[in-house]
Amino acid sequence: MTYFPEEVVEHIVDFLGSHRDRNAVSTVCKAWYQVERLSRRNVFVGNCYAIRPERVMARFPWMKSLGVKGKPHFADFNLVPYDWGGFAQPWIEAAARGCPGLEELRLKRMVVTDDDLELLARSFPSFKSLVLVSCEGFSTDGLAAIATYCRGLRELDLQENEVEDHGRQWLSCFPDSCTSLVSLNFACLKGEINTNALERLVARCPDLRSLKLNRAISVESLNRILARAPHLVDLGTGSMMVNHHTEAYHRLINAFLGCKSLRSLSGFWDASSCCLQAVYPVCVNLTALNLSYAPAIQGDDLIKLICLCFKLQKLWVLDCIGDKGLAAVASTCKDLQELRVFPSDIYGAGTTAVTEEGLVAISSGCSKLNSLLYFCYQMTNTALVTVAKNCPHFTRFRLCILDPGKPDPVTDQPLDEGFGAIVRSCKNLRRLSLSGLLTDKVFLYIGMHAEHLEMLSIAFAGDSDKGMVYVLNGCKNLRKLEIRDCPFGDDALLKDVTKYETMRSLWMSSCDVTLGGCRALAAKMPSLNVEIINESDEADEFQENLSDLHKVEKLYVYRTVARGRTDAPDFVWIL
Amino acid sequence: MEAAGESLRDTELRLGLPGTDAPEKPASTVTRGGKRALPEDDEEGYAKSNKSSSEEEQGEGDLCCQEPPAAKAQVVGWPPIRSYRKNSLHARKVEGEAAGLYVKVSMDGAPYLRKIDLKVYKGYKELREALDDMFKCFSLGEFPRKEGCSGSEYAITYEDKDGDLMLVGDVPWEMFISSCRRLRIMKGSEARGLGSRH
Repeated sequence: MTYFPEEVVEHIVDFLGSHRDRNAVSTVCKAWYQVERLSRRNVFVGNCYAIRPERVMARFPWMKSLGVKGKPHFADFNLVPYDWGGFAQPWIEAAARGCPGLEELRLKRMVVTDDDLELLARSFPSFKSLVLVSCEGFSTDGLAAIATYCRGLRELDLQENEVEDHGRQWLSCFPDSCTSLVSLNFACLKGEINTNALERLVARCPDLRSLKLNRAISVESLNRILARAPHLVDLGTGSMMVNHHTEAYHRLINAFLGCKSLRSLSGFWDASSCCLQAVYPVCVNLTALNLSYAPAIQGDDLIKLICLCFKLQKLWVLDCIGDKGLAAVASTCKDLQELRVFPSDIYGAGTTAVTEEGLVAISSGCSKLNSLLYFCYQMTNTALVTVAKNCPHFTRFRLCILDPGKPDPVTDQPLDEGFGAIVRSCKNLRRLSLSGLLTDKVFLYIGMHAEHLEMLSIAFAGDSDKGMVYVLNGCKNLRKLEIRDCPFGDDALLKDVTKYETMRSLWMSSCDVTLGGCRALAAKMPSLNVEIINESDEADEFQENLSDLHKVEKLYVYRTVARGRTDAPDFVWIL
Repeated sequence: MEAAGESLRDTELRLGLPGTDAPEKPASTVTRGGKRALPEDDEEGYAKSNKSSSEEEQGEGDLCCQEPPAAKAQVVGWPPIRSYRKNSLHARKVEGEAAGLYVKVSMDGAPYLRKIDLKVYKGYKELREALDDMFKCFSLGEFPRKEGCSGSEYAITYEDKDGDLMLVGDVPWEMFISSCRRLRIMKGSEARGLGSRH
């Protein structure tokens, strides 16, 4: 066996970017494990309870960038109780002790407190980038600490977090010496901002390329900001409320004319159609456009805007774009790769929404489409078959028919064949969300054809345990399976228990699994945490008093090397 | 009307599980349909809504304008939209229902109507300028620059929440916005009576 000195191995390993490749390298032998762990700079922990933070820090002492995810995905839809867990504190504390050279931290669906942010700000002298996605538990006081103590901060990116507003002064906490910002996103903040401080901050950060303002920022302020930062590449516009007869509107037009580097736009919170003309000059260069928070932009004005954006690769809109608008997208945006159509009226009958026609139009016009999230009121098998034929490159396909269990309205059939066509045609499909009326058959198709599927979301579907078993048997690369309101029970759960060791997690809520089934799973697989989330009145009862036949409302199973959890609340039972 | 209502119910899209008739969860307080909630206390409703928002178009005049339909069953966690986005949508819906926003504007003799968002304008002057701009292709004369300017061809009137036809400009702007349901630009002889100052 040829001997490779460690330096050579390290040099080779340096070329490996992906976590998967590096993980593979580390399992070859002890020597390679050592080389890899000391040279690893980016660490990603997909489930914060899969491993204790101290172990991560001990294994990767020279880590520069850490990403951690907390709550399961269905927490986004209020299915996980508020204080279930996912606390950032142990991670930040462990990193402060074990990896003081940390430069980047990315947290998703975690509970982050102001104290955590202050500890973070004070513990890492080289800290450069903080990205918080769908987190909660902190206020603008925590942001003030970040602003105050993180010298050399390059990125503060807050995406869709619930942040308590404790006042506008946090932005003023960036010292005059802070000139390093490249990316600042505070679009999710609800409160007022000190606009003077913001404008001065923007003016002294020459490298600023991405700036996403919140709704409190007026057009007047936006004008001043754009005047000072014409080199922005990515802009969240703030309110954009302006009347097209005013001075402010004319200044806005000029401001956008000066932004030659803009490639991505979002925001438009209060923009009305009449002021869209101001952004026409930048449309021709746009690669990303997010109008999903702008319900007033619709109809012909929206279509006029879209027709200018022929370089668009990513588009997020509301369903008031209509099938007609989607047809315009299809004929204009030939480079489109990602489309998300969100519902604008989730409580109503939706007479102005999109249908299967819009999706078919998109598929015939945008052959490069690989990522879709589509909310609609109806879908047909024929349409899905057509879409599958036109767009074989889907890696992410999420279809949400808003009426649960709704069949094909033309044939009254389930949508098994339609989704079957998708999984057969899209050989690289990694993520799939199903909806509409579906029988076990669709799961048979998925198990047979979706070889690369990693994440599957199922709701109100299937007839029997067979459905779930098809998926668990067939999808070799499955990592995350989340199921709600399906008739899957203990037989399916226990059919192949070792499968769950190959996956990150399984979520089942409002299904037919019983306490007995979950206990059996926990007994057979000590390498898994089997969590029962029990919010009903019976939670007052001790677990022992409940019979094995008791139906489990919410089950969350995940592999872990850290047995149990020390921070689980009363209503979470870890079997 | 009752019969129509019942057949409507059959075709109604619902968020409950198939086969269920009654809502499983307590009905949501948000009623669907195109009807804006007419605020009992205008001033209060307006005072809260100093941040404007644009109301989603809800298909006025179709299905459900006549009677407030039963609120839909809300399935927990459905549709699968992030809470942040749902809250954002809902907050704007609530804001939008606090005061009149998008109103139709008709002009006598014009072949079609327009719609404007009253919240975008800071006062009567801006409103008149906007209407001038919007309808100048139809008009032969100028719009009255100040209220009660007689001798002009047109008068801007509005229908308030009681259904009465009123001259624009009499009441404070904030009160006007909260009570205006639609605008009508009247011309010629009809306007003269309204246009002159008393």
